[in-house]
Amino acid sequence: MGDFLNTKIFNVTVERLLLNGGQTLYMVGCSLLAGTVIGTLLALVLVFCRKGGLAENRVIYAIVSAFINVVRSVPFAILLVTIMPFTRAIVGTTIGSTAALVPLIVYISPYLARLIENSLLEISPGILEAAKAMGATSFQIIRYFLIPETLGSIVLGLTTGTVGLLGASAMAGYVGGGGVGDLALTYGYERMNTPLMILTVIILVVLVQLLQLAGNAISKKLREHK
Amino acid sequence: MIKIEHVSRRFTGRGGTVDALKDVSIHVEKGDIFGIIGFSGAGKSTLLRMVNELETPDSGSVTVDGQALEGLGKRDLRTLRRKIGMVFQQFNLLESKTVYHNIAIPLILEGTSKDEIARRVAEVLRFVELEDKRDTYVSQLSGGQKQRVGIARALATEPSILLCDEATSALDPQTTESILALLKRVNREMGVTILLITHQMQVIQRICNKVAVMETGQIVEQGSVLEVFGRPRTEAAQRFVRTVINDRIPESIMGLVRDETRNYRVEQLKFVGGSVRKPVIDHICKTVGVEVNILGATVQEMQDSVMCVFILQIFGPDEQLDRAERSMDQAGVLRERMVIN
Repeated sequence: MGDFLNTKIFNVTVERLLLNGGQTLYMVGCSLLAGTVIGTLLALVLVFCRKGGLAENRVIYAIVSAFINVVRSVPFAILLVTIMPFTRAIVGTTIGSTAALVPLIVYISPYLARLIENSLLEISPGILEAAKAMGATSFQIIRYFLIPETLGSIVLGLTTGTVGLLGASAMAGYVGGGGVGDLALTYGYERMNTPLMILTVIILVVLVQLLQLAGNAISKKLREHK
Repeated sequence: MIKIEHVSRRFTGRGGTVDALKDVSIHVEKGDIFGIIGFSGAGKSTLLRMVNELETPDSGSVTVDGQALEGLGKRDLRTLRRKIGMVFQQFNLLESKTVYHNIAIPLILEGTSKDEIARRVAEVLRFVELEDKRDTYVSQLSGGQKQRVGIARALATEPSILLCDEATSALDPQTTESILALLKRVNREMGVTILLITHQMQVIQRICNKVAVMETGQIVEQGSVLEVFGRPRTEAAQRFVRTVINDRIPESIMGLVRDETRNYRVEQLKFVGGSVRKPVIDHICKTVGVEVNILGATVQEMQDSVMCVFILQIFGPDEQLDRAERSMDQAGVLRERMVIN
């Protein structure tokens, strides 16, 4: 086992490859999970408060919408550095995969919020009217009508978001988060190890393809009976 | 059961203000099938939604089952809505779910137990004759079947009132018939009061006992179906009645009538309910002695009764024609002299 881990591929050990791969999965997985929760909440606020929504409130809508736009207009590389004090306050450090989670979540949540908002708006107003006529509470409307009816579309949005997250996590690696991006830049680019760089690019391409295939398949399954 | 009194509602939009409802009052009694007819934009959809407060009035009051809707708290409103079923033109079902799930939803919202839900769903599925579609996905059903599911869903909570929003407007004529028959059964067998809106007079004719005619936010005429069909007073009502009862003289016959040189009058007679059995025409021929020519006749079934419309050309001197008219009026037939030009 130890021999295998120490085997070198393009001048890096298998152990290094596995470690960085694991870091990417950790960063993408955790921030996707947190981002989906926060993004869904933000999207629900937008959909409920928008003009003609179930709880129309222009002030809240304007504030949340503007907040999302502001965060989304900052490029990830800049966001990463800008919120470093905030990151340090939360996790105590700005280095490592866990520290990278903070900017990743801040970056991806508003993005997912917009994607999920678009999906939620696809629901037919008639369904919402029927739900209200049945005496459903707001929570019940979300739980039994809004989310189930738009889930197929939400999954497609999350897939798009995950691909974006993968790209951002590669950049996070550059400032000490590790991951596949770190592998390509630190071990590949800076050491002029071109084959390694190409290898990581191929790994990323395959990963994105697989993600999209999986997302499409799940979405199709959910929409099958539509 | 439902009392809507002096209700007005104005919408303000980009294109200015629209008075959707202007001082509208209707009373729906327990057991009625009350139909509101009007063209699109007449305000009937807004009026219907006042009953379960999907729309709120600017002024006036709405009372449902003795309970005033104004000032009702959120919780009470939800309780009230659960006693009122609603059926929609576009069905508004969860397309990605099974028939069973769709019908179960209002019960799930109420927190009904699984066993009870299964029992209720089986019951209403039997009632709407879709037992074999229990586990089918809604997207695989035909329009008529979807509307049956919509009706089943509305009945699941055993409501006392059913609101129908153009329930048959998206369906073909044959399916419309079967849905109307089903609604009538809902009314008779379950004792559910039905308030429906439609733009099809045949819906009113087929199942309603009361009708209100709406035009530009106002109710221009209302009464029992036999009254309104027998003697529509307003232009709007006449137009709607004409869509199901042809009371015009065909153009080809008009030519013959115009060419007539003898003294004559054209009379339209409507026999409704009991008057159908009276031998009026026989009487004016034999006793008054006029000559009668039938230009047109139709028979319509409605509200478990029939309405016959006859258009007669009656020949004779004026004095005899006057007597014939009096005789017909005394028989209780709805008579109208038609002007030929």
